[in-house]
This record gives sequence, C-alpha cells and structure tokens, in this order.
Amino acid sequence: MRASTKLGFILLLTPLLLWLSLLIIIPHIDMFLVSIRERVGVREYETSAANYLTFFQEPLYLRTFLRTAVMSVLATLITLIIAFPVSYYIAKIAKGRLQAVLFVLCLIPFYVSELVRTFGWMILLRETGLFSNLLQWAGLADRPVEMLYNDAAIMIGLVYTSMLFMVVPLVTTMESLDDAVIEAGYDLGGNGLSVMREIVIPHATPGIVSGSIVVFMLSLGNYLTPTMLGGKDSLWFTELIYSQFIVRFNWELGAAFGFLLLLLSSLIVWGMLRLTGQTLKETMG
Amino acid sequence: MPPDPDCPDLECRALTKRFDDFAAVDDVSFAVPAGSFFSILGPSGCGKTTIMRMIAGFLEPTSGEILIKGKPVLDVPPNKRPVNMVFQHLALFPMMNIEDNIGYGLRRKGMGRAEIARKVDAVLDRIGLPGINTRKVEELSGGQKQRVAIARCMVLEPDVLLLDEPLGALDLKLRERMKVELKALQAAFDTTFVYITHDQSEALVMSDQIAVMNAGVFEQVGTAQELYYRPETAFVAGFVGDTNRWAGRVERVEGDALELRTENGILMRGAPHGRGLRAGDRAEIYVRPEAIRVAHDAAGVEAFDNRMQGSVTTLLFNGAASRVLLQPATGGEEIEVALPQSGEFADTQKGDALHIGWAGAQGNCFAAGTGPASASAPEAG
Repeated sequence: MRASTKLGFILLLTPLLLWLSLLIIIPHIDMFLVSIRERVGVREYETSAANYLTFFQEPLYLRTFLRTAVMSVLATLITLIIAFPVSYYIAKIAKGRLQAVLFVLCLIPFYVSELVRTFGWMILLRETGLFSNLLQWAGLADRPVEMLYNDAAIMIGLVYTSMLFMVVPLVTTMESLDDAVIEAGYDLGGNGLSVMREIVIPHATPGIVSGSIVVFMLSLGNYLTPTMLGGKDSLWFTELIYSQFIVRFNWELGAAFGFLLLLLSSLIVWGMLRLTGQTLKETMG
Repeated sequence: MPPDPDCPDLECRALTKRFDDFAAVDDVSFAVPAGSFFSILGPSGCGKTTIMRMIAGFLEPTSGEILIKGKPVLDVPPNKRPVNMVFQHLALFPMMNIEDNIGYGLRRKGMGRAEIARKVDAVLDRIGLPGINTRKVEELSGGQKQRVAIARCMVLEPDVLLLDEPLGALDLKLRERMKVELKALQAAFDTTFVYITHDQSEALVMSDQIAVMNAGVFEQVGTAQELYYRPETAFVAGFVGDTNRWAGRVERVEGDALELRTENGILMRGAPHGRGLRAGDRAEIYVRPEAIRVAHDAAGVEAFDNRMQGSVTTLLFNGAASRVLLQPATGGEEIEVALPQSGEFADTQKGDALHIGWAGAQGNCFAAGTGPASASAPEAG
C-alpha cells in the first residue's frame, strides 16, 4: 500500500520535474556556462568574466538595461493606477450582469494575438494613422504627426498588453472584501479617502503585489511591443539579447545579457515583496 | 439651549421606503426614549434591515423624517451621523489588530495618539477584555469579537447604537450568554440600543420595548410582557411565542368574553380584549401551549371554562421546554401543550389519556384572515 502511494506520488511528480529540469534548470545552467566562457580563437574557449565586463564597459548596454528596468517599473505603476479603479468598480460597485459584462470586456482584447493587437496600435499611431488624420482634420496639426517609435508609444503598448494581468488578481482580492466592512469604515466616520487607504488598499495588497509582479515580468521580458512600437529610437534590453544571439552570433554575450536580466527581475521582485511586507507564499498562494 | 430630558434619542416619522412598486417600509413612526433597549422583531424580509440602514444613512428614505436627539439627520452622510452600527457579521477590519480596529473611529476624528490609546484601554477594560490590544481579529472567539465590535462603536460615544442581528452567527450556548451580556453592556454604557432580530427570544429577553414588524409596517409596539400576554394582532399572537390556533365562527359575545364554534364543532371560550368581534363573525382563537393546564383526571382542570380530554400522540421532550401533542377526544387538530417538569408527568407516554383546561381569558381572539400563514410561530424558541 505504502509502496504504491509512493509510486503514484513519483508518477504525478514526473511531468513537473521533467518540465522544470528540461525547460528551466538545464537550459539556465547551460546558459550560465556559455556566459562565462570567452572565445579566444576558432573553437577555442576560456573561462572568464569577459562577457560581463563588456556589459559594464559599454554604456549602450548598461543604459538600455537600466532604461528597460525603469520603463518596466513605470509601466507597472501606470497599469496599477489605471487598473485599480477599474477593478474596484467591477468588484464592488457593478452588480450582477454588468459585473460579468465588464469583466468580459477586459478579457476580449486577449482573444486576438498580441501581434495583431500591436498592429492595431500602429494603425492608430502611425504618421498616416487615425490620430494623425484626426488632428489634421481638427486643425490642431498642419502636417502628419508621427506618434510611433518613442517611449510613450512603448508605454501605451505595455500598459495595454498588461492590463488584464493586473485586473484579474485585483478583482479577485477585492471581491473577497465584505461590503459590510467598507460600510463599517464609513459608519465609523471614515470618508472615501480614508476607507480606501485603511481598508480597501490593505485588503487588496496581495492582489496588488501579485498583479504588479506579473505585469513587471511581462514588461521586462516583452520583445514584440518595444520592437514594433519603439522601433530603433527606443531600445529594449530584450532586443539587445536577440541581436547578440541571432544577428551577431555572439551567444556568449547574449547568454550573459540573459542572465543579467534574470538577476534584475529577481532583485526587483524581491525588493517589491520586502517593501510591501508580503511573502511570495501569501501573494501566490 | 439645554437638552430636553424628554426628547427621544431616536425618532422616525412616517418613514417610508419604496423599491419600485414594493413598499419595504410603509409609513412607520416610532420614538425610542434615551437610554433604552429597543428591538425591532420580524421575519426575514419584513423591512427591519431597511429601517436600520436608513437610520445609519446607507439608504435614503422615499419619504419621512429621522431625528436623532431631536435633530433631523436625513441630510447628514453616514460618516457624520451620531449613530454607529454593529453589523450582522460584525465587519471587524481583518487587516488591523484589535487596538487599531477600536481606534479607527477616533483616528478619523483626528484625536491624538496618546488620547486614543487611553480610550481604547478604557473601553477594553469595560468589555472585560483588557490587554488584547495587539491581538489579531481572527485570534478572538466569537463572543470576544462580538464585544470588540460593540466597543469599536461605543468608543465613539454615539447617541444611538444600531445592532443588526449580531448574535445570528453564534452557537446556541454562546447566544444565550451574549443576550445577558448585551443587556448588561447596554446598562453599563447607558446608551440607546436599537436591536434588529428575527429571534423572538433575543428580543423578549433584552428589550425595554419591542416593535413587531411584518410586511413593512409595525404590528405592535410594547414591552415583552404586553406582546406576549396581550398581542394586539393575530400576527403578533402567532409570531411571538408558540401558539395553538383554531378558526371558527363567533356564537355569542358577553362583555369581554365570547364563545366560538370551531370548524370541528368544538365550543370554546375566548376573549377579544376589546377587538370588537360580533356574533356571526369568522374569527381565530390563539392559545399558548404554556397557558394550558394538564391533569391526569377531570378534577384537576375543573376550575377552567375550557376543558378537553385527549390522548398523547407525540411526546416532544426538550428538558424544561417539553411539550406533548394531544389528540382531542372530540376530534379536530392536535393541540400542543406544555408539560410541567415537576415530576408529576415524568412517566407520560404516547397513548396516555390526559385532561387539559385553560381559562377563557387566555384564548386571544382575532378576526379571521389577519394572522400569519401557519398556526405555530415560524421561529420557535
């Protein structure tokens, strides 16, 4: 009996272990090994930290790296600021059918592939696009306006892409807040602001943190949106990794970049959890 | 202007709330004297919670007036009204510890930190839970949470405290204890309590005044004794306490006594208590199980003007509240009778023949068709 339950346990665990080891652990170990070797000649390699040194010596790499981090944090914040009232409305103010309809409305854009969605933004924002034409028609601009290929365009794309991943955890946590608790907040003398600050936000903190982590990681590792909307003027760190691997065939440097990105996201997520006093267990469990 | 000592703490005038075509609260007026315990008792859906939410300010009445200490408060938002509410599931703030829960209202008033700490300690002492300041809400037992929820309101010294069935979630034993405790807390804080419940025993035990509510209107307002002994409407007779009910036709009226022939042909004596029933009227007669005397022989019930004989069909043993269901020898519905636990009837068994009798004054008569749907109260005990 005990032997058979043990066998069952192992069988159930096998897919997970295979997934983790084949797709995550082994590639990462390999990538790390690739990242710490230096090509000294044709098919001749030496172990060294040269790739990492290159990263720190080349201002373009370092600046793109930091820019990507700051922009991702900013995208996360903007997403949170837009998603919070939306989620509050869906979870606490809308009732019955309206609630379901609003939730589905948030979901519908995700029925379309990310590529198509991003093209949608390009249609709106490009020089001959809808907004440009509208501005000219209204007399606010006397020639076509290019709204693509800048940081604002990237930000719009990132926030748009991430919105659902913030709304879902927020709605879920806020729905679990008893309406009577909010009413008690008012009844005991609180106004809208203090009820929000002392009751709704503390209650929603696990949702805010988990939503923020997901949105941040998605933004940091996004390739499509920055490439299409940002173009050449707004570099994203993932574009550098891509060019090292594919364009330059410099797998060593690309692997080092990849590893640095992993470190960065781990560091920022850890910092975010520390800052809000949450643990990963509380947030994800 | 010095406060008028006769001014009620809470007064509602012609309060009405309509939801579309449905009147949840229909022209209700009442006044609650300062320092008293006032209950609104009624079945679920009778509109009692609607009244409470209007007093608290969460609902706008369709028409009518609410005055607290003589001042109209309808234009005052809930966070500025001098009333506080203990919610059905208490609604303690789970994200705060006990101290912060109780101090929440004081912080909103902008009181200093030291002053808040002093007040919180004082109120915790008062509810008999000193030193639980830094405990978390979920670490407390049901009864402790209850007391903290009351303390959280009382620390603000409201003119009126509203309680919305706060004992509903507790188990029976604790509920019994909390009834006594709530009454004691009300006396200790000397504040007006308005208590909402569907549980008649909660209302009867704790209240100075009870309003029995049904379908949006107050059926009767009075003390527990008045409601129990002198129900003014058939609904009150059926809802407060348990009761046997017979329908029939009035045969003879004589002063404040009447004779009524039930549908099964039994002649009963009852009292309309000034409700103006006349011979020939269709009427219902209500007799409480505990108003009926039981005896082993006919001599034991000789003194009563209603006498019957019957055999026990069901024995409902429940300690002090034991009852028997008796099938009258003359036919008709079973009669529920309280069984005294003085030892005399300890060996009563199914099939035993018993004699029963009750005084005509105990049989409350009402015009037919005004009572609740079923003969016994929906919430017994």
